[in-house]
Amino acid sequence: MYVSPIREPLIKGEKSYQTITDEISAPIAGKPGPLWYAGITFSTLALLVGLYAMGHTVWNGIGTWGANRTINWGWGITNFVWWVGIGHAGTFISAILLLFRQKWRTSINRAAEAMTIFAVICAALFPVLHLGRPWLAFFMAPYPSTRELWINFNSPLIWDVFAISTYFTVSLLFWYIGLIPDLGTIRDRVTSKGKKAFYKFMSFGWTGSAKHWQRHESISLILAGLAAPLVLSVHSIVSMDFATSLIPGWHTTIFPPYFVSGAIFSGFAMVLTLMIITRRTLNLQQYITVNHIESMNKIIIATGSIVGVAYITELFMSWYSGNIYEQYTFLNRATGPYWWAYWIMMTCNVISPQLLWFKKLRRNLTFTFILSIFINIGMWFERFVIVVTSLHRDFLPSSWSMYYPSITEVGIFIGTFGIFFTLFLLFIRFFPVIAISEVKSVLKSSSEKFIKK
Amino acid sequence: MNEKFKFEKSQKITFILLIVVGLLSLTAGILIYKDHPEKIWSNILLNNYYFLAIALCGIFFVAVHKIADSGWQASLIRIPESFASYIPIAAILMFLIYFGMHDIYHWTHTESLDHILQGKTAYLNMPFFFIRMFIYFALWILVSYGLRRLSIKSDFENDNKHFNKSRTYAALFVVLFAITSSTMSWDWLLSIDAHWYSTMFGWYIFSGALVTSIAAITLIILYLRKKGYMQYITESHLHDLGKYLFGFSIMWAYLWFVQFLFIWYANIQEETVYFVQRLEHFPILFYANVIINLVLPFFVLMSRGSKMKTSILATIAAIILIGHWIDLYLVIMPGSVGNSASVGFLEIGLSIGYAGLFLYVIFNSLTKASLVPVNHPFLEESLHYET
Repeated sequence: MYVSPIREPLIKGEKSYQTITDEISAPIAGKPGPLWYAGITFSTLALLVGLYAMGHTVWNGIGTWGANRTINWGWGITNFVWWVGIGHAGTFISAILLLFRQKWRTSINRAAEAMTIFAVICAALFPVLHLGRPWLAFFMAPYPSTRELWINFNSPLIWDVFAISTYFTVSLLFWYIGLIPDLGTIRDRVTSKGKKAFYKFMSFGWTGSAKHWQRHESISLILAGLAAPLVLSVHSIVSMDFATSLIPGWHTTIFPPYFVSGAIFSGFAMVLTLMIITRRTLNLQQYITVNHIESMNKIIIATGSIVGVAYITELFMSWYSGNIYEQYTFLNRATGPYWWAYWIMMTCNVISPQLLWFKKLRRNLTFTFILSIFINIGMWFERFVIVVTSLHRDFLPSSWSMYYPSITEVGIFIGTFGIFFTLFLLFIRFFPVIAISEVKSVLKSSSEKFIKK
Repeated sequence: MNEKFKFEKSQKITFILLIVVGLLSLTAGILIYKDHPEKIWSNILLNNYYFLAIALCGIFFVAVHKIADSGWQASLIRIPESFASYIPIAAILMFLIYFGMHDIYHWTHTESLDHILQGKTAYLNMPFFFIRMFIYFALWILVSYGLRRLSIKSDFENDNKHFNKSRTYAALFVVLFAITSSTMSWDWLLSIDAHWYSTMFGWYIFSGALVTSIAAITLIILYLRKKGYMQYITESHLHDLGKYLFGFSIMWAYLWFVQFLFIWYANIQEETVYFVQRLEHFPILFYANVIINLVLPFFVLMSRGSKMKTSILATIAAIILIGHWIDLYLVIMPGSVGNSASVGFLEIGLSIGYAGLFLYVIFNSLTKASLVPVNHPFLEESLHYET
């Protein structure tokens, strides 16, 4: 396939198939550095804090949280939506960018998909804990025989259960199927008996025969086809938890596409945060190049601007509607007691990404890293604004209220970071962070070595 | 590689005949519907919007591919680029509705507004309406002509200077259109049902316009190929255009359905009234809209083979063009004409006339430059392109 000379190479340096395998699997064969040990200690501690807080919640009940009668959804649902949103980048990269034939995705899809799966695990904890009696979570399964009751199929909360569990299953399968050839490669390289047995088991007896590849390709294609609509469906349905209601600030038709784009926005921010650190610590700068960072920044500015247009549309329509409750809700968001949350959201999500119109900044790693943290924070506040400010001014002024998170909720939130980073650190220790076989597939067309020839 | 398009006499005559059909139906319409000027004006608005949106989304197609460094479309980009030449014509036609404002838009009757509409007068008033309109057209024409001019210039100078400069124009257009695609639909369409509102409306209208525009691009390319031009457009390019038709049809349906679902689910009278009217008085068109614009493209374009087959692709593109006309009809007519609106000679004839005008302008503009952007930095990628 012909590649225009004005395109930047996606793989830098003099790389052959052999060096690609060597360099990407180096962290698995070697011993991890002190940074990794420090990281895993820290994140395991956070995880333990979270486990304690979760135990406390389950033992004592939801009263340990800051939720009250007016604001019955608080941090829990905010965190849930935030984590699910982060879990969108992986599938977007591996399914939608595949459809759009973006070759640069090969260097980041593996890590982004792993991150997706871990983020969805963190997200799923919150609604289950919010049940108050999590041992009854199976009530959500459409299984009527023992209780002689069907679930309420009209409820978007139930749609959510289906959407997220489907998403999780497909993402996990897609990720794992992609891993199999690489696990086969690792199996053939490790020397210790224990490791060999582990990777032998994990690689499902992969031999790399033509038949294996052919089946691998066709199942990958089917899963990519399934994953593409799932990217849209999950956050659309999450938005329905809000938008099918009558609450001003929640009931607005633009929610699904706006949520999806916000989710991809926050997902890419998290990918950038993680990958900028990972490429440095694992010496992968020649695979995850500045060009890759720039491409991701372009997605950030596109999705961030879509989110910005949605904010402004909502603001305009609340005035245009002539509905005093709508008008009040949005005025109150910007100027009421939670004005600071609204303006953090606006600054981080709409204003700061606009700086990426400058090519210099798009290619600046320090700036990108700081901006990605900003967006992570901004997107958390977006969900906080949607959940809490819409609820805190109830229809009856006597029910007006404020939300103060309890220490238990903070503990659970910290705990999810612990889970997320523990899993991610284990992932980079035991699995290839970059899809070896996929990077090899673009070597001939997009590496510095072959472009020069 | 230089390929010039020749606008044949027979084509010119055909398009002029189409325009004559349009003018005749308009004249007949004016005579027959003397007491219903809203019917005439609504039809003019519908066609104004429909063809303007095709032209604008064509430029959007050019701009997005340009800033995304897309390669596959380089060899066909002159077709959507030429859509720019229709925008000034659309501007003239759109300003004509000045004379029909009172017939289309209820909010222009400032003497008899209820308190809700009085609250909207800061946005919905005649001077501001036309100021906005002027700004939209001025900016669209400026940027889209800039894009086209730079593209044609690069045919004569073999360096990437013009291409790089046109990327700035492309980015400007995307930003501009991100805002105006919504506001134009609020101004011209949403305000017909002046009490009703929906935050999704702008994006829903945009997604429909985008798929219509891609259908138009596809059909023009297929026609030119049949005439012996653009033989370098292979099945692979058609495959991609087919994928776009498939994907954006689904996106349109997604936005349409979600808007409907939320309003149906919440069941607030101020909002449901919009769909109640359409379901009760236009049930056939209402369901036909979904079937033609979602079900047909979905099943027909599902397989790889049908996206590559000229006859199937052309048929479904034509069907999509009709389908989104119906969608726009359902947006405009129930509000401006009322429940008695129906599709007759005026609706069909006038649209044929507009189609003739649109094609005449586009074909005329295609003769002005080579069909191949010979110095496009991604042209080689596009010529060797395989899906």
